[in-house]
Amino acid sequence: MKDRSYVDIFTEWDIVAARQLGRNEAKEIGFGTVDQARITTAISELARNIYLYAGTGRIEISRIHEKSLFGISIVASDQGPGIADVRQVMNDGYTTSGGLGAGMPGVKRLMDEFDLVTKQGVGTTITTIKWLR
Amino acid sequence: MNMRIPILKLDEILIVSIQWELDDQKAIQFQEDLLNKIHGTSARGVVIDLTPIDFIDSFIAKVLGDVISMSRLMGAKVVITGIQPGVAITLIELGIRLENVMTALDLENGLARLRAELEA
Repeated sequence: MKDRSYVDIFTEWDIVAARQLGRNEAKEIGFGTVDQARITTAISELARNIYLYAGTGRIEISRIHEKSLFGISIVASDQGPGIADVRQVMNDGYTTSGGLGAGMPGVKRLMDEFDLVTKQGVGTTITTIKWLR
Repeated sequence: MNMRIPILKLDEILIVSIQWELDDQKAIQFQEDLLNKIHGTSARGVVIDLTPIDFIDSFIAKVLGDVISMSRLMGAKVVITGIQPGVAITLIELGIRLENVMTALDLENGLARLRAELEA
């Protein structure tokens, strides 16, 4: 059993591959169907953002264990243009793609932890965690 | 894999059961197929059943919302049925509200709702 696996995002088919990997991992970790839906959806949104804004990038999915807690971590990274105004993209309803992608606030609500690091011209890394309850 | 989503006709109603996870291409293809079928059959109503679907992301939600608006433009009313608890929860948490969309718990209720609408 591997603790970490990843899907490189080049085409929209890779979005499907990333969320299937995430769903299988979530199921094996023991998440219920509602949390599986949350995790799968979050991965889909993150992968689509990479595809739309950076072109290419990577979705990395890991099983994590901290104290008595088990969970899944999803890291979405790209070497794209970066985000100019982080506060703006964290506002509900902000979009530059005409309504594709629900945006980062939605992903944050689906998951338990959310961390965004971005630098213009360097890229963006988003780390999200869902804990098993 | 190039399997299209089957669209069945029952009197003046089209019935669609989405059985597999939709990728982007399949979702767009479905949009076109459904509108062509409405045009070809003069259907006045459509039931789209999502019972086997365990998640809907913002892209699929947008395609669904769009196809409902497009069908309405062509004179056909659409009912969405079989939205699973996990799908309803994630859609709302994502911030997606499929407003002004007729829904029903299952296919049977959806057909009844649509027939009542068409007779009204």
